[in-house]
Amino acid sequence: MRDVLAFLLSGGAIGGILKILPSSALAKEAPRKGKWYGFGVSVDKCIGCARCMEACKTENDVPREPFFFRTWVERYIIRKDGEAVVKAIEPNVEAAPDTSGDRSILRSFFVPKLCNQCADPPCAQVCPVGATFQTEDGVVLVNVKTCVGCRYCIQACPYGARYLHPVTRTADKCTFCYHRISQNLLPACVEVCPTQARIFGDLNSAASPLTRFRRMNKIHVLKPALNTEPKVYYASLDGEVR
Amino acid sequence: MSHELTRTLTELLPQIQGYIYPNEIEVHWGLLIVVYPYITGIVAGAFILASLVKVFNVKEVQPLYRLSLLTALSYLLVAPLPLLSHLGHPERCFEMFLTPQPSSAMAMFGFVYAWYLMAVLLIEIWFVYRTDMIAWSDEESGAMKWIHKVLSLFSRDRSESAISFDHKALKTITIIGIPSAFLLHGYVGFIFGSVKANPWWSSVLMPIAFLFSAIVSGVALVILLYMVITPLTGAKINMKCVDKAIDFLFYAVIVDFTLEFVDFIHRIYQSEEEIKILSEMVMSKLFMSLVIIQVLLGMVLPLGIIGVTKIFKKRFTLNEDLRKMLYFISVLLIQFGIFTMRWNVVIGGQMFSKSFRGLTTYKMEITGIEGLLYTLVLLALPLVILTVLLKILPPWKELREEGKDLEGGTPGTLPATEA
Amino acid sequence: MKRFLSKMPDALVRLLVVFLVFAVVGAFVVIVLIPKPMKDVKLQWAESTKTEQAKPVKYAGFHACAECHDKIYEKKKTGYHRDLSCETCHGPAKAHTEDPEKVKPTIPKERSFCPLCHAYNPSRPRGFPQINPVAHNPLKACATCHNPHDPKPPTTPKECSACHGEIARTKAVSHHVQLECTTCHQAPQQHKIAPRSIKPTKPQNREFCGKCHAKDAKDKMAKNAPRVDLSTHGEKYVCWQCHYPHSPEVEE
Repeated sequence: MRDVLAFLLSGGAIGGILKILPSSALAKEAPRKGKWYGFGVSVDKCIGCARCMEACKTENDVPREPFFFRTWVERYIIRKDGEAVVKAIEPNVEAAPDTSGDRSILRSFFVPKLCNQCADPPCAQVCPVGATFQTEDGVVLVNVKTCVGCRYCIQACPYGARYLHPVTRTADKCTFCYHRISQNLLPACVEVCPTQARIFGDLNSAASPLTRFRRMNKIHVLKPALNTEPKVYYASLDGEVR
Repeated sequence: MSHELTRTLTELLPQIQGYIYPNEIEVHWGLLIVVYPYITGIVAGAFILASLVKVFNVKEVQPLYRLSLLTALSYLLVAPLPLLSHLGHPERCFEMFLTPQPSSAMAMFGFVYAWYLMAVLLIEIWFVYRTDMIAWSDEESGAMKWIHKVLSLFSRDRSESAISFDHKALKTITIIGIPSAFLLHGYVGFIFGSVKANPWWSSVLMPIAFLFSAIVSGVALVILLYMVITPLTGAKINMKCVDKAIDFLFYAVIVDFTLEFVDFIHRIYQSEEEIKILSEMVMSKLFMSLVIIQVLLGMVLPLGIIGVTKIFKKRFTLNEDLRKMLYFISVLLIQFGIFTMRWNVVIGGQMFSKSFRGLTTYKMEITGIEGLLYTLVLLALPLVILTVLLKILPPWKELREEGKDLEGGTPGTLPATEA
Repeated sequence: MKRFLSKMPDALVRLLVVFLVFAVVGAFVVIVLIPKPMKDVKLQWAESTKTEQAKPVKYAGFHACAECHDKIYEKKKTGYHRDLSCETCHGPAKAHTEDPEKVKPTIPKERSFCPLCHAYNPSRPRGFPQINPVAHNPLKACATCHNPHDPKPPTTPKECSACHGEIARTKAVSHHVQLECTTCHQAPQQHKIAPRSIKPTKPQNREFCGKCHAKDAKDKMAKNAPRVDLSTHGEKYVCWQCHYPHSPEVEE
């Protein structure tokens, strides 16, 4: 009887019955068999050329206007007085003129950003109609046929990875180029990156380049305190990056 | 690609301060989503006022009972409109009933709304008006006769047992209705409060603060409507009733103010990472709407005015007109204050970047579905519906044939007034 | 049953009838009329996954070009651009693989293309080859001197600043402006051809900086250098833990 009571009073019962815990459709732990996709970013290797931004928009028919991005690259300039200046780079724009002698810069780098394909996605948790969901292999997709365009998922994403597609009027975001990875191709951004700053692989596979990446580097994720369990792993991520 | 959208967003680009994630330039929840919690708030507040009569037996506010129920109904009928208008695909809204995601508070909207409308509000109004409708249909002719006949579901039973059952049923429904009203508006607060990505919204106090500000706005609106409608029908305003209702309003505003003040102090004291950008946002983008309108004009000033009428009771008891005017100003200011509170929560939560490094702007449209004109229509619509309801279900017509009506007043007279 | 119904208040019975009608009609519509895919979210997910997988591919992939362009592919394998996909510069080429005659990928020849990666930018990692696109051989197409598939420079760079632009520019406005890079770093020729295979040397001890900065320094470069007593200055640290050698001044 005590055990029953204990169970009833525990969050497990409340969470399970009311389903206030993330929906059972989300596979939190990596499945033992099959693929579980992840992504690696080497901040030290990114040269901020924006080939990835171009390729992503081309491959996925993302609107060309600078208001909709499935992936983007941020540029950080940390000055000697500690102030951090951040901006998102624009693709196909002539590089900034020679800023030689800018003596106030302490360190400066580029950080690619994309959907983190969280293992515990807050976007899928809040979707009222179940239009955004996680596949068996760990990619979060949006069902363009059932999305009602309420934009709750866009509000719930801590990383700003989602936008409302102006034509379909449904939510849209990076899918790890699901149509490519299902044919054993690389996502478009990984394909065109000239410095291998972006790495894609199967977290369940010992033979993927992602495994070496995770072995040789100290790994960070964005906003770990929010417990979204992102699957985009950053090496050499600076503390100023949000 | 809509040229309109491109143009709007391009105009916003130079107004960005600092850094925002590139996708954050488009503010997704705009004026329509500000209107929605305001409308459901009034539903909850008006219903709580009605329940003061039925459950807590506060006899002084009896004259407001039917008016609050009808106000709640008028606003409830309009409530889904801003949501439907905002959806990217309103034609798919039925999906929330067919494949609701149980972990989503928004999915619960359809069910809570349906429950509250069908099982609480409509049934309560039906029981209140049933015997009246029977009496009216007997005397009237033509369209009104049939409207009342149909609405009363062709019932004819006016026996003692039937009327006492009506009383019991009303009490039960109101008791069920109070938590239902809390749920109807509390879940709206939860929709915001549970978003961990947004530190302006993510707060345990959010559902409770929403609920209490809802009670404030609902009670204030019913008082406002009562003070406007009663003279229009040729009757005299029952000041004892208004005084009592203002009492409750006063306490509700104090609780609401306390909750929001506690939230404010808590944020500043804890001083977490987001405090810098949030402070900057409040002092620059939200200064007028939050500090001036919501707090000073919408809460502190009405509190002060009502407080003054309480302190200087003697002077004000004599000068009834002055009291009426001060009450009227207070409840009007409160409406603006509570509407602006919704604005500050919804729009404010999107004015700062989740990178905590920048601020953006919301440009309110005038035309179009997210525009001011449509919002004004949506805010006026419940009043139009209320006018129709007041014609079909007048709240002050007494039963002619029985000695007492459901509310215990004597038939054929106007509501009691105080000299 | 009839007695039970007659005991229930008339009002309640009427309400129940209305609700039952709603319930029955509603149940009929949902259970019978509405097709399964609209009610079953798992079916929707499966269908959506399939739709997503069926989307057309625009980039052919790293190995796709080798089939026909094998000579260029072999050449690229040994040069500095070996880690680039062909499509990094030539754009999406899937359509080209399907109909090579009709659809051709772009060949970026303009001077504005290569600087997208190679223009000097202080945010770029150290050692990445960078040039000033305005000053570097103006008006000439990049491919005139650099074969894009094996882009080694026509002559081995003499200056370290060809790749180490940020350091060179920092040093150029510092007190160490007159020092050659080779004053402190020995760079074997191999480093200029295959930079990652062998690294230049770095000073290892305080005495190295002492050659100019010790109280008794005799080096001809040391004439105007500030002097410190090496035995007491800077506790147990090596010099560059406090003084950035490429910008060693400590005053603001």
